Amino acid sequence: MPINKLPRGVAIVGAGMSKFGAFPDKNGRDLFVEAYKEMTRSVDKGLDPSAIECFYLGNFSSDLFERQGHTAPLLADAVGLTPIPAARVENACASGATALRQGVIAIASGLYDVVLVGGAEKMTNLPTADVTDTLATAADVPFEIAAGFTFPGFYAAIATAYMARYGMKPEHLMNVAIKNHDNGALNPKAQFGVTIQKWMEGRVAAALKKGKPAPAWSDIWDFLHDDSANPMVAWPLRLFDCSPITDGASAVLLVAEERVREFTDHPIRILGSAQASDAALHDRADLTSLPAAKLAASRAYEMAGVTPKDIRIAEVHDCFTIAEVVASEDIDFFAPGEGFKAAEDGMTAREGAKPINTSGGLKSKGHPVGASGVAQAVEVWKQMRVEAGERQVPGDVPLAMTHNVGATGSTCVVHIYERRD
Amino acid sequence: MEIARHWRLKQQRYGLVGEVCPHCDVKIFPPRDVCPECGGEAKTLYTFSGKGEVYSYTTIYEAPAGYDETAPYTVALVKLEEGPLVTAQLTDVDEESVQIGMPVEMVTRKLRQDGDERGMLVYGYKFRKST
Repeated sequence: MPINKLPRGVAIVGAGMSKFGAFPDKNGRDLFVEAYKEMTRSVDKGLDPSAIECFYLGNFSSDLFERQGHTAPLLADAVGLTPIPAARVENACASGATALRQGVIAIASGLYDVVLVGGAEKMTNLPTADVTDTLATAADVPFEIAAGFTFPGFYAAIATAYMARYGMKPEHLMNVAIKNHDNGALNPKAQFGVTIQKWMEGRVAAALKKGKPAPAWSDIWDFLHDDSANPMVAWPLRLFDCSPITDGASAVLLVAEERVREFTDHPIRILGSAQASDAALHDRADLTSLPAAKLAASRAYEMAGVTPKDIRIAEVHDCFTIAEVVASEDIDFFAPGEGFKAAEDGMTAREGAKPINTSGGLKSKGHPVGASGVAQAVEVWKQMRVEAGERQVPGDVPLAMTHNVGATGSTCVVHIYERRD
Repeated sequence: MEIARHWRLKQQRYGLVGEVCPHCDVKIFPPRDVCPECGGEAKTLYTFSGKGEVYSYTTIYEAPAGYDETAPYTVALVKLEEGPLVTAQLTDVDEESVQIGMPVEMVTRKLRQDGDERGMLVYGYKFRKST
């Protein structure tokens, strides 16, 4: 099946996000307003909100997390955008990028010129066990969850299969966590914006303050191997292999190519937008790769007319450390079985040949599920416009990619971006 | 609490009943009435032998509500000898001895308890080591 190009060019002309974290004093609406305001301030030539014609919201489960349904018009009202059409898009943890893709399609179709895309999730109202139950609804509930599986469990089973095939050890995954915390420490919006080294030192200081004996970790590797500091969640995945429970929101403004100059002279053009679906994990021929991710990536490359070596940076869906390793292979940055070695060799660090998750990723920045896919686009926007501050990658970023996954790969959405000054 | 949600799965949960495609003979579990291989209608019931091997696995330490009593426990994707993968808990097994390729067979066990001590007990398939 030949891949159609977008029939009309689409570009991002503004992007913003709330601080990610746990905020007892804020609900999803408050966080979205924060993201929207930052987005409006980022539009170089200013934004008259009456120009916005339509709003798509990525949100997984405000119903269960906040006991609030029908979220899109409420959020539109909160930022003064009613009566424009507002629709919520749900695709589990890929809700954000799916909403982004709907915005792209709406403009490419010719129906609208200016579309707001947001993502929002307020997760910390619920106790952890209820958050786990809510996230579990993204799986095949009668046939996967009934067995006692959890999301860390699914990705752990992927890790087990990957280790058996490629000889990876659980320690290799720690490289991903260390790298993403190093990046997140330079991101003021990150939930856990601290290196693992600082985290460990904080634990020692806290123990001493309480008059307890200081834990005798020799280094961060020792710390990460300690069951009390880094407990097992689902073997081989430990706490530091898992993204956290997060409140947060994100927003981008999409504009049709012919109207871009009304808003900015430094737009980020969307060159490729692709999405694929798959069955639950028990219907896969292979667990060491996500077929929907491979398919979405290859279609996005074809639509954009570029190759993996052209892409300077990628934000990928690292809900678990193994997910980043698999993603780095599914988007064809590295050959199958090479992703964990690339992480070990520093190739995916900011200074590496193929920087991945300069934002800190879901691991360190946080994972408010419906907001994550749009927040990936926010990071790419900042890096491509050289506005990422201390975590800015060296050199030009003419092309970038985002990769957002729902559940264990039942949805994957990939976008390719081009800087077009 | 939501008894029908579990009751309507009794054939699958107690008997490992799936389907076989009359067009291409592919065995299907969980059943879905449309063959995932050829796309034809596949409503012919098929009872699996319950024999297979561990395809991949993990041991859950952070268990969800209703399962925490037995944590840590080992769950697996079991490759049935007829082809499909089934997601299930392993039982009567020492987690240290579990490995990919280990032969297993289906048994019926308590899966979970809904709610408090008066909540419904949910039974279904688990797998144990076979020889």
